[in-house]
Amino acid sequence: MNLSLRNPSTATITAFKVIVFVLCLLPAANLVLGWQADALGANPIETITRASGEWTLRLLLITLAVTPLRRLSGLHWLLRLRRMLGLFVFAYAFAHLAIYLWLDQFFDWNAIALDILDRPFITVGFTAFVLLIPLAATSNSFAIRRLGGRRWQALHRSVYAIAIFAVVHFWWLVKADISRPLLYATILAVLLGLRGWWRELERRRQLSVPPPAKHLEKKMIRLVPRQ
Amino acid sequence: MLIKKPADILPSEITPQRLFERRREFISRSGTGLLAGAALWHGLPSSARATTKLQTAPSALSTTEPLSDRDAVTGYNNFYEFGTDKADPARNAHKMALRPWTVSVEGMVGKPRRFDIDELLRVAPLEERIYRLRCVEAWSMVVPWVGFPLAALLKQVEPLGSAKYVEFVTHYDPRIMIRDVIDWPYTEGLRLDEALHPLTLLAVGVYGETLPGQNGAPLRLVVPWKYGFKSAKSIVTIRLTDKEPATAWNKFAPSEYGFYSNVNPEVRHPRWSQATERRIGELRKRPTQMFNGYAEQVASLYQGMDLKKFY
Repeated sequence: MNLSLRNPSTATITAFKVIVFVLCLLPAANLVLGWQADALGANPIETITRASGEWTLRLLLITLAVTPLRRLSGLHWLLRLRRMLGLFVFAYAFAHLAIYLWLDQFFDWNAIALDILDRPFITVGFTAFVLLIPLAATSNSFAIRRLGGRRWQALHRSVYAIAIFAVVHFWWLVKADISRPLLYATILAVLLGLRGWWRELERRRQLSVPPPAKHLEKKMIRLVPRQ
Repeated sequence: MLIKKPADILPSEITPQRLFERRREFISRSGTGLLAGAALWHGLPSSARATTKLQTAPSALSTTEPLSDRDAVTGYNNFYEFGTDKADPARNAHKMALRPWTVSVEGMVGKPRRFDIDELLRVAPLEERIYRLRCVEAWSMVVPWVGFPLAALLKQVEPLGSAKYVEFVTHYDPRIMIRDVIDWPYTEGLRLDEALHPLTLLAVGVYGETLPGQNGAPLRLVVPWKYGFKSAKSIVTIRLTDKEPATAWNKFAPSEYGFYSNVNPEVRHPRWSQATERRIGELRKRPTQMFNGYAEQVASLYQGMDLKKFY
């Protein structure tokens, strides 16, 4: 097993995947065990609803941190963890929604419909979940091949909107103490801000390449290599 | 290989069941550390001392519904001054010194007065009132409060004919309480007729003992037909006025928390459906009752009022 972090072997990357997989399962395991041991406080349904929601948001931010981390650290293999992280986001979001539909509302569809229409934080949270479905459904190599890289990437850019909706969902839910939603909003702003900033740098770099000699201007195709 | 059989546990070493069942309470009480433990031993800080038993008489106004778990009543609290997590108040409220404690009853009254907490305990015979408690967050409990009618206290100060409202100001100490989130001190208010209603209680205890800090010790309001936040905790001033008092949550979000805030399944709320509630300890939600089930006693207070407008 090659233990070099910069250029790990496939076996090392697999080992990392296993570790991340187990880590991602821990919050869920903690809630299941807590539920069985009756250790989730006076209002366990509220506890698991909150916890599953907050872990969805945390995992989403971790997923969005992969690209900046990779760029800043040069550890390009980090990208290979991203699909699994993204699918865990969906799994936690699904659990969060299922807890709400089943344990909180007991499939009282009238009440659920009213909630989605009447309560802005539920409207925006539900929207975020619906937008996650196509991303989860296309998180496989087959879908990338079928859609083609460019279209697949365009589709998956909707994760930025989803992340914003998710933070807004949390922000609108809290009654008064916005410290936690504010923390997540700040992290998201940094993650999206870095992307915006890098995009801007790239635009400037493209513009800064000197124009070709006058007599060649018409005939030449400009190819500016990407990094 | 010699396998030693462990000695039997001496009967004297077995913790009595009664104490064993209270082990968490013991640990949480010792949690304040050895220092507090030593001080407690010497009888110094009254706030750290355990709650004490109260003599009470039963009340015809009590519900017969099963009581919520004592751990839930004293461990799942909204008392934002001590933190916004439900478990925060039970962790932090011990920092509040409960003695000396005085309550000033003032404003539009004939005989304004400052009452010591020990005097307040003797204003009227203490009754146990088992009330439903409905939080605006759509959960509910059944709580055995101990207290006396607010009307008994107000009678002693002789409200003036011009008094229309009662304002409650609660204790605020920035050294031990959080500084932001909403405007402190927490204030609440009632119309005078609501304040004089026989259901309106000044509670000094719960579960037959003096109130723990997190439940609003040493003296709190309990208005069972209104959402829980109307029932101000740890009161220091009761002021009679002729203007509707500003109330803490109403100032924070006027569209969500009205002055009246009567439990009303018909009035929509942007965060929680008020049509149903979860009784703490139960899995499925139950329908919420108008005025939290006290309509027979209190509906007449609001005759002719549009309760969707005066929410």
